[in-house]
Amino acid sequence: MDIGFLAQYLINGLMLGMIYALVAVGFTLFFGVLDVIKFSHGDVLTVGAFAGLATYLGLQAVGISNPAIQILIVVIIATTSVAGLGALIARYIVMPIRSAPPLNTLLITLMLGTVLRESVRLFYPQGANPQSFPSLLPTQSLTLGNFNLRLDNAIMLIAGVMVIVGVQFLLNRTKLGLAIRAVAQDEETAKTMGVNFTLVVLITFALGSALAAFGGVMNGLYYNEVNFGMGLLLGVIGFSSAIVGGLGNIYGAILGGFLFAGLQTIGAVSLPFASAYKDVFAFAIVIAIMAWRPTGLIQEKISERV
Amino acid sequence: MNRVRLLATVAFGATIALAATVPNTTFAKDKVKVGFVGPLTGGVSANGIGGRNSADLAVRLRNKDAKAKYEYELIVQDDECKPNIGVQAATKVAADKDVIAAATHYCSAVAIATVPTYHKFGLPVVVWGAVLPAITYGNDYKEVHRVNGTMINQNQIAAKFMRSLGYKTWAVIHDTTDYGKGHNEFFSENLAKEGGKILATFGVTSDQQDFTAELTKIKELNPDAIYFGGLTPIGVRIRAQMDKLGVDSLLQGTSGIVSDAFIEGAGKLAEGTVAFREGAPTEKLPGGKFFLENYKSEKYDNPPEAYGAFAFAAMNLILDTIEKEGPDRKKVRDALNKVKGVDSIVGEISFDDHGQNTVALITKYVTQDGKWTVWEDSEYASGKRKLARQK
Repeated sequence: MDIGFLAQYLINGLMLGMIYALVAVGFTLFFGVLDVIKFSHGDVLTVGAFAGLATYLGLQAVGISNPAIQILIVVIIATTSVAGLGALIARYIVMPIRSAPPLNTLLITLMLGTVLRESVRLFYPQGANPQSFPSLLPTQSLTLGNFNLRLDNAIMLIAGVMVIVGVQFLLNRTKLGLAIRAVAQDEETAKTMGVNFTLVVLITFALGSALAAFGGVMNGLYYNEVNFGMGLLLGVIGFSSAIVGGLGNIYGAILGGFLFAGLQTIGAVSLPFASAYKDVFAFAIVIAIMAWRPTGLIQEKISERV
Repeated sequence: MNRVRLLATVAFGATIALAATVPNTTFAKDKVKVGFVGPLTGGVSANGIGGRNSADLAVRLRNKDAKAKYEYELIVQDDECKPNIGVQAATKVAADKDVIAAATHYCSAVAIATVPTYHKFGLPVVVWGAVLPAITYGNDYKEVHRVNGTMINQNQIAAKFMRSLGYKTWAVIHDTTDYGKGHNEFFSENLAKEGGKILATFGVTSDQQDFTAELTKIKELNPDAIYFGGLTPIGVRIRAQMDKLGVDSLLQGTSGIVSDAFIEGAGKLAEGTVAFREGAPTEKLPGGKFFLENYKSEKYDNPPEAYGAFAFAAMNLILDTIEKEGPDRKKVRDALNKVKGVDSIVGEISFDDHGQNTVALITKYVTQDGKWTVWEDSEYASGKRKLARQK
């Protein structure tokens, strides 16, 4: 195969992996602090993408047309509003049922996801149709033979890496991160040490949801199209990525995201039969990995279940 | 006492007055129920809602008609474009003995799944949007009819037309529903007859988001055109991602992307996309003007979309038949089977042995300046503009 095409597949896979990783990190954060699986995460991403799109349309309407300012405001409003939504979900839906069996949280958030998804469809104007998402980043492209690298893709990849590094820094180098990790390790001890448990949980959910919103806007910029159902599959894939990487471990989530994207790309390109089976292929490999390492590729440092 | 008598007199008078006005509208007319089934939620709901409104329009116009023998009530069910939900919806409509006939389904995958249900319950149906040939040709059920053409006709014209423009090689992307698979089958078959070559075929799921892997592969193969057999949502994605990867082949679609939603979704990139559809644009149909004017005056929230006129024609045919034969499923079924040369807003309707409308009208479209334009009227046909890779 031509080296140019190979590079093209690599970039495709990296972009896809970046979006998956952003979703997977959210799953892992939520599981870390509260030991819950929040299945509405994919649809929170959809809300983020639509919040970004609505912000863009609003900016157009008031006459701000500088793309650099637009993208900045779009990202800020999408992430902050969705962070608020995430905190609300945590406060009023997830936390009240903490003492119930984990299955209840899973089911309730699954239903919440449907509510969010259908709300976008019903309340966004013409929400049932795919919506065109603007290209706000420079679209010049670098063409080397058969390889076509667009500047906007490169910017998105770098921004994604920066966000993930930023989250990593926040978790490992700040006081807030210390509190989050303390709660994740041992809730009771953290509380006795004076950590404000509720606040830490809310901040973690806000953070995870903001990451999803960032992923949603990135998804929109990358595909130039958003639709109300986009979060469904992303949620499932993000969740699988978090699991296969090792739920509760942020590196695991990132690794899982890129692994899944890689598997899908390989499935679509190199399998002799049609690409219809690429998801079957990717999920089958994930199942095989789970059978081999039931706790994921990178395990949580302190396992609570002995 | 006096007061009581006065009250009684007033009440009596009022009753008389009411009774005098009521008969004009409801008195003497029996209520007859007719059904509509289509996708009202989900990715293709725009088409379903347009169809529902159009069928509703046919019923409203009929109810306003003083000469109509019955008063009609439209029972609407949502099939969500999902076969399993569709069968439930079909069962609900068919099991209601008061429903005499129904206009059913936009999605082929649903229509093919529900055919046995209608047969089992003996409910005569007229399909208004689904184009899979097997819906009428795959069975001998007397209950099933269809006003729109099928994808067989569509792909014959498509293959012939594209070859006449000088296109030689194709890559095919189709969704793995019956709709996409059918299109792939009939296009491949007809293209082989016309001497075109298919370099690769990709089956994709109907909710797939990322096509970069498939499209990079296609870029490698470098075909003249990409044939896409599927519906608007993934059509939009494929068009946008073609641009990202610098794929400059022509995008050739099917009836599934001839919708305003495709143009809104793909934005400027929609320009120069070719597609084919059964029937003709609503305003070019024999009764298109009449339909659009009435549709407008009823102030529906959503546009009728591409297949609205067919839903209207299907419902109108049903109402005409009920007027003639009375509210009896068997009689309506038999009368529908004999329909020959009946005028409708979509042109003449004649059903063959399988209940398929044989007057197949296929229109070629190209997107020009944000509109699906009939090929013959476009600047692409006049040579002023050129399609991607047109020879």
